[in-house]
Amino acid sequence: MHHLKAPTRRGAMGLAAAAAAVALLPMPASAQLSAAVQAAVDRVRGNRTAQEGRITLRAPPIAENGNTVPITISVDSPMTAADHVTRVHVFATGNPTPEVAVFHLTPAMGRAQVDTRIRLGQTQDVLVLAEMQDGSLFQARSEVKVTIGGCGG
Amino acid sequence: MAAPIGQPRVRLPAQVRAGEVIEIRTLISHVMETGQRRDQAGNVIPRDIIKRFEAKFEGQLVFAMDLAPAISANPYIAFQFRAERPGRFEFTWTNDAGESRSATQDLRLA
Repeated sequence: MHHLKAPTRRGAMGLAAAAAAVALLPMPASAQLSAAVQAAVDRVRGNRTAQEGRITLRAPPIAENGNTVPITISVDSPMTAADHVTRVHVFATGNPTPEVAVFHLTPAMGRAQVDTRIRLGQTQDVLVLAEMQDGSLFQARSEVKVTIGGCGG
Repeated sequence: MAAPIGQPRVRLPAQVRAGEVIEIRTLISHVMETGQRRDQAGNVIPRDIIKRFEAKFEGQLVFAMDLAPAISANPYIAFQFRAERPGRFEFTWTNDAGESRSATQDLRLA
């Protein structure tokens, strides 16, 4: 029975830790990124500074199965010809390769929201960069605790 | 040889009013082999993924996605679309080998 109880306790602690992280650590996206992740982010960012806000990244705080983790990304934008999101980049900061997806958006969508399912090899942050039509850049970051890794070794 | 690109499944809402923003959900059967795994003999299983998804409405590109190996097997992709007029969607999935599979779906307005 002991081994059955352990994950529950870990899960509860993970929840508490995740809540604490959200509450206490509004870290800039540049914090604690590995060299590979930083390089991938810099390729998108160029010489721009990513601002916080406008992006809602929905990912489960705890994923039982890292092979299929649902994420929903929405960006606050009128999605008009003059003012819309052009690209949304998704990175997994703890995967063997950080790039996960690039979404190409157009004003025809009417609402900047996309969904997919991703693989996470271990507990890590999902990092999102959204590029606007005027060249401005926004970022969001969310930790996902992974119980069973999803990159299949 | 590239893994088969399975049957695409696309879902649009049944009742759509003009001007409404709808969600379009797509699913395609595919292994999404990462290139990180090894077989029992220890050989690396070559990468073989769907790397591009495109959605066109009446021939116009309205949404696209570049996929990496970190997208789950049987990629699920959903996006939004403002339904202004009836017309035909064409969805295309393309793998690393350049092979593609398409599906069409008509948008009808209530």
